[in-house]
Amino acid sequence: MSLIKFTKDHEWIRVEGDIGTVGITNHAQHALGDIVFVDLPEIGCEVTQGTDAAVVESVKAASEVYAPVDGEVTAVNDALTEEPARVNTDPLGEGWFFRLRLTNPAQLDQLLDHDAYQSYLEGLA
Amino acid sequence: MSETPDTPAEAPLARTPLDALHRELGARMVPFAGYEMPVQYPAGILKEHLHTREQAGLFDVSHMGQLRLHGADAAAALETLVPGDLLGLAPNRMRYTQFLNDNGGILDDLMVTNLGDHLFVVVNAGCKHADLAHLQQRLGDRVRIDVQFDRALLALQGPAAVTVLSRFAPQVATMPFMSYGEACLRDIPVFVTRSGYTGEDGFEISVAADQAETVARLLLAEPEVAPIGLGARDSLRLEAGLCLYGHDIDETTTPIEAGLTWSISKRRRVEGGFPGFPILRGHLDQGPNRRRVGLRPDGRAPAREGTEITDEHGQIIGHITSGGFGPSVGAPVAMGYVTAAFAAPGTPVHLRVRGKALPARVVTLPFVKQTYYRG
Repeated sequence: MSLIKFTKDHEWIRVEGDIGTVGITNHAQHALGDIVFVDLPEIGCEVTQGTDAAVVESVKAASEVYAPVDGEVTAVNDALTEEPARVNTDPLGEGWFFRLRLTNPAQLDQLLDHDAYQSYLEGLA
Repeated sequence: MSETPDTPAEAPLARTPLDALHRELGARMVPFAGYEMPVQYPAGILKEHLHTREQAGLFDVSHMGQLRLHGADAAAALETLVPGDLLGLAPNRMRYTQFLNDNGGILDDLMVTNLGDHLFVVVNAGCKHADLAHLQQRLGDRVRIDVQFDRALLALQGPAAVTVLSRFAPQVATMPFMSYGEACLRDIPVFVTRSGYTGEDGFEISVAADQAETVARLLLAEPEVAPIGLGARDSLRLEAGLCLYGHDIDETTTPIEAGLTWSISKRRRVEGGFPGFPILRGHLDQGPNRRRVGLRPDGRAPAREGTEITDEHGQIIGHITSGGFGPSVGAPVAMGYVTAAFAAPGTPVHLRVRGKALPARVVTLPFVKQTYYRG
């Protein structure tokens, strides 16, 4: 059973055991428009909650992707290098960015669950 | 993740005559040069860009400033402010030039059309009020200025533009690039120039504000035509190697540095008679210290405006002034200024993107072949 949580900066993290998979939400990909480049972190690097972990670029602009929680990067989605548009077509699936081993799982409690994120989006509209 | 915030509006934003149509078409509206403008429609920037290169795109550029300069002396008077050859401009022909300051820096770039008894001038949206003040102050009674900032301007661009517009006005088919004609679309009178900002064949159509939506709907009803926003307008002009005022050219760049020497005729290079002539003459004789060039990153990462350009040893040699992803090129493209010694096509350089030195090459502009109709 996996758990999915969201940040107010429009990242998601799906957690199974001590591994979290991170991407950006459908709202984020829609706001950005056509994704043309993704800069992924290096495997083995440590990321800190709320700081830059990756970069996503649309035709118009570059945006930072923040780490939702602390962790060590264990995998990156190399398919995005050739097909960055996967972020647009399947943001919560094939458009994942990286995986990390959580070093401070208690941080997950600070994140939004699905319903809370939906309410947050409605508040933005 | 972070999103680049839109520029906060300082004053209430103006709306073009096509505002309601943009919203009906599902455009995402953003502040631009004091206007609410469509940055993209639901198709998105990539598809809009490619559609324009393959068929035809309709752009609302009504935010740009349209002016008419009347008076027997208008061409000679305007020549005192710009380096373009206006006395040598044949009737119904259009020319690109720049308002210069005393340092030869560019105050704005503009299009001038000779309509026989007066000049038709189109300037950038963000500069139009300053341009008008400049004209009034510097030309005074030599010209009578008819300000037509409320008039709409549509651009129909792409290889099918001529096919589409010819259905309404067959005479436009034989208009050469950079020429002017008058036409009626159904019963609506319009002024047409064969010009644009995409590198493609196409037209710019000036129409009264209250008839703009009718004209736009007529053109959009044609199967080849899709509405195109400012996002694709920017990527199209970047691939075409065309300057965006305030980015690739401004008050600190001269037309020679910017690679716009072609827009200054032999007579004007010799005679001068425009602001900044001694400096431009020096740039022509000795060569400028820096030049605008095209840049192709070797990898996939786009390099944006402001990115430092260095030599292979890390020494800064310039900055990118426009950069992004070129949908038709299928790769990142950029332009910027480099020290003259590095301006030759093929020169290897580095671009500093997020702390990394990304290899790139200086290339000849444009990135895509221009397909203007020369008749």
